[in-house]
Amino acid sequence: MSYPAEALDLLLDPAVWGGADGLGARTLEHLGYSLLAVGLSAAIALPLGFAVGHFGRGRNVVVASSGVVRALPTLGLLTLVALFTGLGLLAPMVALVVLAVPSVLAGAYAGIESVDPRTVDAARAQGMSRWQVLTTVQIPLGLPLIVGGIRLATLQVVGTAILAAYVGAGGLGAPLFLGLRTYDYPLLLAASAVVILLALVLDLAFEIAQRLLRRLPGLR
Amino acid sequence: MKPPPENRRTARRLRARMRLVPGLAAVGALALISSACGADSDPFESGGGETGTVVIGSQQYYSNTLIAEVYAQVLEDAGLTVQRDFEIGQREVYAAELENGNIDVFPEYAGSLLQYFDPESQARTAEEIRDGLEQALPEGLAALRESEATDQNAMVVTAEFAQEHGLTSIGDLADLDDLVVGSTPEFETRPYGPEGLREVYGVEVQLQTIDDSGGPLTVKALEDGDIDVAANIFTASPAIAAEDLVVLEDPESLVPPENVVPIVSEALDADARAALEEVSAALTQEELLELNTRSVDEQAAPEVIAGEWVEEQGLVG
Repeated sequence: MSYPAEALDLLLDPAVWGGADGLGARTLEHLGYSLLAVGLSAAIALPLGFAVGHFGRGRNVVVASSGVVRALPTLGLLTLVALFTGLGLLAPMVALVVLAVPSVLAGAYAGIESVDPRTVDAARAQGMSRWQVLTTVQIPLGLPLIVGGIRLATLQVVGTAILAAYVGAGGLGAPLFLGLRTYDYPLLLAASAVVILLALVLDLAFEIAQRLLRRLPGLR
Repeated sequence: MKPPPENRRTARRLRARMRLVPGLAAVGALALISSACGADSDPFESGGGETGTVVIGSQQYYSNTLIAEVYAQVLEDAGLTVQRDFEIGQREVYAAELENGNIDVFPEYAGSLLQYFDPESQARTAEEIRDGLEQALPEGLAALRESEATDQNAMVVTAEFAQEHGLTSIGDLADLDDLVVGSTPEFETRPYGPEGLREVYGVEVQLQTIDDSGGPLTVKALEDGDIDVAANIFTASPAIAAEDLVVLEDPESLVPPENVVPIVSEALDADARAALEEVSAALTQEELLELNTRSVDEQAAPEVIAGEWVEEQGLVG
């Protein structure tokens, strides 16, 4: 039997999914880590990106520094952080947040900047405060790009979260690395397939969310 | 900066392949004329002999390359022309090249090499493995005298932990509860994994996976107490001396011994074999650790470290 067929067999076997080490538990871990990492990077990068987009200042600094951060190899960063923090979730989380921040940040400031300056001027002329302009005009109008940044970050993080297993924190990397090390290619393929599927499902969810957003009144 | 090794390596490998072409032509020619004359020349006889070039390979592992470089310098000293075909991935990649005669000399590790050629082998001790290897090695390959030095998975603890619990051998771990062993994920499936530990030594462990192959993360986890025992630090790792770690003895040979052994082509001549066996005799565990430590600490090129070592040991000149 070919590896893909064996991998499919593995995926259809309920026993593989059950248990504390099963694919089911690993998938939930993986999803949890990914969402946590994206959530944390959104908490860091969205306010920063909004500020940069709104005030139009510091853009060069942000673009340059997020470019540098993007160039960091995630595995190297993970190992480096783990040398200080030891085993566990902290090191992979730092590495994943660093991976996700540039995309979220770019989406955030680009979203704000994409709003027609005349619209912003009109809002100001109506007597809106800066805060009102940002929250009721710029963010809603820039939402497609802002969500797009988060969507991109999510995809990157879901794919890279396998590295959590490198320091023993689990996730889908655990079966994937096990398959890789023991030449158990069906297991490797099955774990990779679940990662891919997870990425596709999340991407689809974002696609639907973005479409729904576009239907909201005033968001065209 | 060195020139990109990929290019040199590809070029070398291409050359290694090319050597096969005249060989194949010779096979064809021999097939045609074999009825006419007694065909006793070996088309693959390029290793050994004063005129041929000996191709030496090594794994993509710094310590293995260092040993291969030692072999190379010793053979050069014996008057042979040596071609270095180093850093060829792992066994799955280079075994075929060895079997078909493209590589003449390779520093190998006895236990896992036997497992590779004879997965059913039950050999446990160094002697059983040597006998097994003689049986299992494919036609055209021979295992020379192995060195005393091993490079293998071992159960490693900190000196402090060993002292606190009076540990010298793996069996001593049986008295401890809630032992956490750190290793790569495949440890779970290995014969010397948790199941083997339970069956052979009555030691109950829980696995904490760390995927850096006994690197700094594993050492840190040991020191932090995240894990009690590391099962993926190798016996020839410089970390053992540098971090004051203790290798627990394995009287039952739970982990098959991985003595460093030169695997050579049958065609390699007697002088060259003798030279390699002298290296095996000189390469004790301490010497291998010393070589590896120098490689890691000084980051010197293998040629330099190997060159100084063969001088020191009187293996050349």
